[in-house]
This record gives sequence, C-alpha cells and structure tokens, in this order.
Amino acid sequence: MPTKESDEARLRQAGRRRRARYALVFLVLLLAFCAITVLNINSGSVRISLPEIARILFRRTGDAAQVSIIWKIRLPRIFMAAILGGALALSGFLLQTFFGNPIAGPFVLGISSGAKMAVALTMIWFLERAGNASSAALIAAAFVGALLSTGFVLLLSRRVASMSVLLVGGIMIGYICSALTDFLVTFADDANIVNLHGWSLGSFSGMTWDNVAVAGAIVAVALALVFALSKPIGAYQLGEAYAQSMGVSVRRFRVLLILLSSVLSACVTAFAGPISFVGIAVPHLVKRGLHTARPLVVIPATFLGGAVFCMFCDLIARTAFAPTELNISTVSSVFGAPVVIFMMLRRSGRD
Amino acid sequence: MDLALETKDLAVGYGGRPLIREICMQIRRGEIVTLIGPNGAGKSTILKSLTKHLQTISGRVLVEGTDLRTMSCRRLAEKTAVMLTERVSPELMSCWDVVASGRYPFTGRMGRLTHADEQIVMDAMRTVNVLELAERSFAAISDGQRQRILLARAICQKPEILVLDEPTSYLDVRHKLELLGLLRTMARQKGVTVILSLHEIDLAQKVSDKILCVKGDRIAGFGEPAEIFQDARIRALYGLDAGAYDTAFGSVELPKIAGAPQAFVISGCGSGIPVFRQLQKDGIPFAAGILYENDIDCRVARSLAAETVTEKPFCPISDAALERAGQLMAGCERVIVTDFPIGPCNERIRELLRKIPDGKKA
Repeated sequence: MPTKESDEARLRQAGRRRRARYALVFLVLLLAFCAITVLNINSGSVRISLPEIARILFRRTGDAAQVSIIWKIRLPRIFMAAILGGALALSGFLLQTFFGNPIAGPFVLGISSGAKMAVALTMIWFLERAGNASSAALIAAAFVGALLSTGFVLLLSRRVASMSVLLVGGIMIGYICSALTDFLVTFADDANIVNLHGWSLGSFSGMTWDNVAVAGAIVAVALALVFALSKPIGAYQLGEAYAQSMGVSVRRFRVLLILLSSVLSACVTAFAGPISFVGIAVPHLVKRGLHTARPLVVIPATFLGGAVFCMFCDLIARTAFAPTELNISTVSSVFGAPVVIFMMLRRSGRD
Repeated sequence: MDLALETKDLAVGYGGRPLIREICMQIRRGEIVTLIGPNGAGKSTILKSLTKHLQTISGRVLVEGTDLRTMSCRRLAEKTAVMLTERVSPELMSCWDVVASGRYPFTGRMGRLTHADEQIVMDAMRTVNVLELAERSFAAISDGQRQRILLARAICQKPEILVLDEPTSYLDVRHKLELLGLLRTMARQKGVTVILSLHEIDLAQKVSDKILCVKGDRIAGFGEPAEIFQDARIRALYGLDAGAYDTAFGSVELPKIAGAPQAFVISGCGSGIPVFRQLQKDGIPFAAGILYENDIDCRVARSLAAETVTEKPFCPISDAALERAGQLMAGCERVIVTDFPIGPCNERIRELLRKIPDGKKA
C-alpha cells in the first residue's frame, strides 16, 4: 500500500522529469535557432567568412558591399522568417485548440488562401493607381480575407459536425481562392506580374527592416495576448462544455481565439504569401517533443519551433538550387507534409 | 429551509422548443437527487439546463437563491462542478492534468497550481483511488478509469453542488458502489448537494434522498424513493409491458412464458429460484406451489410462473391450496421438488409430496 509520502515523492520525481524534458526541448530549439541563424547569414551567393560576419554584425565595419548584403538583405530576411514562422505555427496551434483537432491549420482550412486572394486584389488595385501598396493596407486586406475564409469555415462547422467534411470544405475554399488569385495574376498588367507571382507562391525574399518592424510589432502583441490566454486555452482542451463549467466565458474566448489566429496568419500571408504545413507540423512536433499540451510551455515552444522551421526551410529554399530560389512552400511541404501524413496514420490507428 | 437549488416552472429544451415543462423542485443542501427515466426522456437536458450548458426556455433556476441567468460562469464554477456524458479526448494530457483542471476557478492569472492546490488534487485522486494513474495519458486509459478521473476532477473543484450525468455508465460493480458510497459521504459529511442521473434504478433507490422521474413533456414524479418506487409507477415510467421489476430488491425478470404449465415446482426458501430461471430460459411454462407469500421463492415465482399457489404467511396450509396444487400437478408432465425445510407450519406439504403421480417426479 503506497503511503502518502511515497505518493508525493513519486509525483515530485515525475514533476522533475517533466521539467527537465521541457528544459531540454527549449535548449535544443534555442541551439537550433542560433545554428540556423549563423548558417543563414553565412550562406548565399556571396561567401563571407565567420570572423568577417562577426565583425560586420558587432562593429558594422568591413567591406561595404558585404555590410550591405548582411544588414540590408540577409538579416531582415532571417528575422522575418523567424517572426512569420513563429506566427504561423502559433496560428495553427490556436486553430487546433479551437476545432479540437490536430489537423486544423491556417493552410488546410483555406484561411491562408483567403488572405492571399484579398492581398492580391489589394495589390493590383494599389499598383494600378498608386504604383505601390503600403504594408498596412496589405495586412488589413489579408486580415479581412482571413476572416472571410474563417467565417465560411465556421458557418460550415455549424452545419456539419464531422471534422473531415470541415477539412475538405476548407481545402475547397483554399482552391477556389487560389484559382481566383491565379486568374487575377494572369490578367494583371505585365509590370505587376513579376511582383505578384513570386509573392503568391510564398517567399521571404526582399524583406526590409520596415517590414520587420511592422510584422514584429503585430506578432509580438498577438503572441503576448495568446500567452495571456494560456489558462483558458488549457481549459478548452477538455472541450467547450467542461471549459464553461470551469468558468470560461466560452463565447468571448472563441471570438478571441479566431481573431488572434486570423491576425497571425494574415500577417504572414501579407508579407510572405501562403506557406503550407507549418501550422500543423510544428505544433505537433513540439507537443510530441514536450510530451504535453500545457499551453504555458507549448505556446513559447511552438513559436520558437515555427521560427526555427521556417528559417531552416528558407535556408534550403535559398541554397539548394542556388542561384535559383525555391518557393518557401515547396520546401515546407517537403518537410511538413510527411509529418501530417504520419499524424493521420497514427490517429486512424488509435481510433 | 436551506435550499441549494430550486427550479420554478422551468421549461427546458433545444432551439427554443420546450421538451419538458413545469419542472418545479426544491433541493436542500446535502441532498442527493437522482433523475431516472427511459433513454431520450430528457435527463441530460434538465441537467444541462441546471449548469448553464443549455439555455432555459422559461421559468427560473435558483442556485442558493440567486437566479442562474444573472450568475456569471465564473461564479457558478466556484459553486458547482460537473461530470458530463460527452467523451473528451484531449491530446497529450496526463490524468493529473485532467484532474488538476478542476482547480481552474481558484488558480491565478496563468493557472499555476500552488502547493495547496496540488494537495487538493492529490487528495481528490486518492479519494477515488486513481492516484496510481496520475502520470498516465488520459487518452490511453479505459472508459471506466476515465470516468473515475473525471469524478476526481469534479471533486477537486470543491463544489457545493455536484452535477453528474450518468456517472456510472462505464463502471464495474465495485466502482459503482464506491462512487455511490463516496457521494453519500460527501453529502452527509460536507453538505455537498448531488444531482445525478442513473440508469440503474436499483442503485438510485438506495442512494437517493429524492427521485425525479423524467418522462413525457412534464415531470412524471418528484419525491422520496419510498413514494416513487412502487411497482406500477416504475412499470409505467419505463413502459415495462414485458418482464417484471421488483422494487423491493431492484431486480428485473424476463417476461414469463405463457401457456399451460408443463412442469410443477415444489420449493421454498429460495431453493426454487434457480429452477424457475432455468425453466424460463428453456421456454417451458410452469406452475409453482405451495409457497408462503413472504417466501423469497414466491416473489420470483409470481414474475415467472404461469400460476403460483400461495398461502398466507405463518399459517398452516389450507385444503384449498392443497387441492389447487394437486390439480395443477396432475396436468403437468413432470414435478420438480427442491430441497427445503419442512416444519410445523408447512408440514402438510408432505401430503402434496405423497400425491405426486408415479413417474412424474424429476
């Protein structure tokens, strides 16, 4: 018969093991983050040695061309990949919480594509009249597009209880939006097409510090809000009814969840176009690694994991077939899709 | 009167359409109230309306005198805990995590457990005997274990009112008894008011202070078990056309086999019950006698036998009974005699035994 003391000792030990595991996962993620940052700065069409990089980074001196490459091209791009990658993974995590299904994500539910279509429309409109589009207008457009798609998915989810029907619905919305975007791109003026085409397939190229500042501010606020929602998110994992019985005002919480995930994925789409599979694969891998779904640890780890994943994908996109650059979705699909397939197999095996 | 919960003219249902109307009940602190009734009668609907999971159509629900509609979910959560029938399948949550979620209304902004909270979680798990499951994944345990974990979760919310929707549906007999015993202890010692729904009406009768019968668009009855548990009432509530329900013991019997008796059973003191059941299973109509009305064999025989010859308790066997038994025995193909004591009261049973026609005794 286990005594009170032995039970407590056992649980304390389990707690220690759990915390050690969290620490290890965060350590691995941070190391990967640093390593990929260095690799990203280091690789490209112009080779720059490590000591040179250190000098350029910390003292901003050296060959003017190299300083410019690092400070004007590579660093903003790295930051952007990190910020937007984190945002995308987090948006996926929120949608999974909302739908209570690990296969929900901004891309499969058609939210990214909705944002993409709205951004394409706005871009063409602005490019034809003003010659360029402000990032604020693009983000606003992406947000509206994302909310429209989400609204449609929500309407669908009220009519059908089955998650698979919902996912198919989301994928169809995605295709419709993509088709419309392609249509717009095909008939847009020649000068705009180059700009639009690259963006509509997803890419981190051509980021500026201004972009970084805007995206960074939006994502930071959203991340802080999501983190502050850790407690109700944890309750919601037991389902809506139990969450309510614990005192969560479910209606308000659901609205917040949808708004935050839409802001996050809209921000990504406005700057980098649609990026597939990050929103599903990263939260899944992070939760497996941590072996828990506690939002207090999963939220920061998911953000960090998304950052690492997108920086890694961007590195491959830039270097694998240099000087030709791949779309970011090409790479993220190659690494993300197998994870999703694996998840589905495991789930169907369990049910 | 110390009322924990009161409903006044409550109507409940879905989508604005009332399913059950005019529900009026008063539940005192520390009482156990059980909802019984057939499948689909609306037991869950009523329970969900009491916990704000379902909007009431009309009427009022008062929780300790406060109208439920003016009460925030947060305040309600501090007073009531629930256990629901819907399946939850949280990803990667340990049983400890699930139970600890019961502390939600009492933890701080980020929901971190204090040492005191952890003690409460541990005590709740120990009470339900699930502490050894603490580190297991909630998705990987059995339905019965999950039900006990969810009970521990509700207990650790330290509720004044506990609402449980079919809490025993997956439990084996031992855990059913443990659960109901626990509810009684909580109600008696801590004054927790318990409202639950049960399909096991025999258990409902044994554990409850009040019973609410749910059937049709009005409440079919609300009162103490002694008042509710009458054979006719239970038969009507569940529409038991075939078979029998014994309210004294809470046991059910399959419908009796109709037809002219082919076997006659002479038994007493419970020795005939296995014989009656076997004949029933084999589909053979039978008669039984002579049984005293207070004999346990008599209760079962009345449910299963085509005809039962009875005698008043503690009286010598009458000529009339002997004659009727003899007639029945003559019409049967065989007579089955069990082993039972014969004393001064029932000694005339020997006369009956002597009358058994040759070759018919089995």
